[in-house]
Amino acid sequence: MRIPCPHCGERDVGEFAYYGDATKRRPDGASDIEAFFDYVYPRDNPAGPHRELWYHLGGCRAWLVVNRDTRTHEIFGAEVAYKAGAPGAEAGSP
Amino acid sequence: MRYSVFSVLSQALKGNTGWKPVWREPEPKAEYDVVLVGGGGHGLSTAYYLAKNHGITNVAVVERGYIGSGNIGRNTTIIRSNYGEHGNIPFYEWSLKLWEGLEQDINYNAMVSQRGVLNLYHSDAQRDAAAQRGNTMRMHGVDAELLDVEGVRKLVPNLNFDNARFPIHGGLFQPRGGTVRHDAVAWGYARAADMRGVDILQHCEVTGIRVENARALGVETAKGFIKAKKIGLACAGRSSQVAAMAGLRLPIESHVLQAFVSEGVKPLIDTVITFGAGHFYISQSDKGGLVFGGNIDGYNSYAQRGNLPVIEEVMEEAVAMFPSIGRLRVLRHWGGLMDMSMDGSPIIDKTPIDNLYLNCGWCIGGFKATPASGWCFAHLIAQDAPHDVAAAMRLDRFATGRLINESGTGAQPNLH
Repeated sequence: MRIPCPHCGERDVGEFAYYGDATKRRPDGASDIEAFFDYVYPRDNPAGPHRELWYHLGGCRAWLVVNRDTRTHEIFGAEVAYKAGAPGAEAGSP
Repeated sequence: MRYSVFSVLSQALKGNTGWKPVWREPEPKAEYDVVLVGGGGHGLSTAYYLAKNHGITNVAVVERGYIGSGNIGRNTTIIRSNYGEHGNIPFYEWSLKLWEGLEQDINYNAMVSQRGVLNLYHSDAQRDAAAQRGNTMRMHGVDAELLDVEGVRKLVPNLNFDNARFPIHGGLFQPRGGTVRHDAVAWGYARAADMRGVDILQHCEVTGIRVENARALGVETAKGFIKAKKIGLACAGRSSQVAAMAGLRLPIESHVLQAFVSEGVKPLIDTVITFGAGHFYISQSDKGGLVFGGNIDGYNSYAQRGNLPVIEEVMEEAVAMFPSIGRLRVLRHWGGLMDMSMDGSPIIDKTPIDNLYLNCGWCIGGFKATPASGWCFAHLIAQDAPHDVAAAMRLDRFATGRLINESGTGAQPNLH
C-alpha cells in the first residue's frame, strides 16, 4: 500500500502511523457523556470507502485524511487534515 | 457413523469406500427456534452446545460461504488460558478445559496437543509482569511456571541466547497450552451439531434482519426469509455489517492479521513460543511447517490480505529468536479479518433488540475461545442470562466504564 502524501508524493505505508476513522469529531468539553461515548467507542466500520487519519511519521509529519477502500486497499486520495477539516487538525493533532 | 478403532479398521478393509459426508445439506425450514448467523467455529460450537446442554435442536447455522472458509481455517491454532484480567481468566480457563475433553465429547479427532505455551521475557520489568500474570493465573487455578533463562534453555535449546539487544531472561510457561488442528474443530463441531439435528445451511448469505417494534423476527437470506424465535450473531470480522442490518452500531473495527507457514522441516520447535520484545509467536505443525505470525497491520481492512511492513517485521523477529531458520522458505502467507473491540476483549451479550444476541469482538484471539464462546453463547440464548464465566463480556461495558482492558491500551483497536 502506498499513500500519496500531498507534500512528499507517493510513499510506502511503512512511513505512516494510523489513527483511524476521520469522521469522528471530539465533542465540546461541556457535552454530555453520551456524546463522548459516541466519540470514543462506536464505529461505522464500513466495508468500502473509509475516510481515515494517517500521520506521516517518517516524512513530513503532517496529519492526513486518506480516502481508502477497506475491501481492496485502493486509495482514492489524501489531503492534509486541516485543509480537509478533520477534527482538532487546527491544533496540530487529531 | 460413530468413529472408533473398529470403524477405522472396517473401512480400511473396505478400501475406505464406505465413508459418508459427515453433515447433511438440508434446505432451510420456514422457522427455527434459534438461527445462528455465521458458520465459523463460534457459531458451530454454539449450535452444538444449544443442542447438547439445553436440548434446543431446532437450530439453523446460516453461513455465507462454506464451513471452514473463515477465521476457523485461517488462524494459527494456538490454545492457552494465560490471561491476567478477572473478567477473562475463568472464561479462557473454561475454554481450555473444554478443549481437553473435546475429542471424546464430539467423537472427532481434533489433534489437541498440549505442548505448552512459553512467553519469553527480556528485561527485569517484563519478568515482574510475567510473575504477576503467573501469580494471577495460579490464584485462579490455572497452571503457570516462571522459568529463568536456564529453564528456557532446557525447554528450547535452539533459541538465540546471545541476542545483545533483546537478551532472553526467562519465560512464563503454561504447560497445558498448545495447539489444535483448526479445520478439524470446524468439521467436528459441524458433524456433532448435525448429528443432534442442527441444520447447517452453507452458501446462504444473510441479507437482512427483520425487526419490528424492537423485536427480531427472522433473517432474510439468499434462500428466502427464515423465521426465528431467537437470532444469534457470530460473524467475527463482518459483525459491524450484520449488526447494522438490525440498526446497531458496534464498538468494533475490522482489521487484518497476517499469518505464515514455512516449508516442512524435521522436529525443531515442540512448544509454542512468543517473543516478548516485539509481537511474534511461532509453533510447528504436525506436518513440519513452522506456523508463525505477529501483530495486526493496524488499519481498517476487509481485504483478507496485508502489507509488506508487517511481513518484514515478522521475519526479523523470527530470525532474532531462531537464527537457524533464516534460510527456510515461506510457503504460504495470508490475512484474516479481526473484529477488534475497543478494549481488546470480546462481547457475548443481549442487544437492545429483543431476541437478538451478539457474539463478537474476539480481536486476534478467537480460536482458543471457540468451545467456551459456544458454551456461553448457547447459555445466554437458551437461558436469557449470561453464563457466570462470561458475565463481564457485556456490550454496555463501554458506556459504563467496566472495560476488560487486558492489554492496558485503552480505546485503541489498532493496539490490541
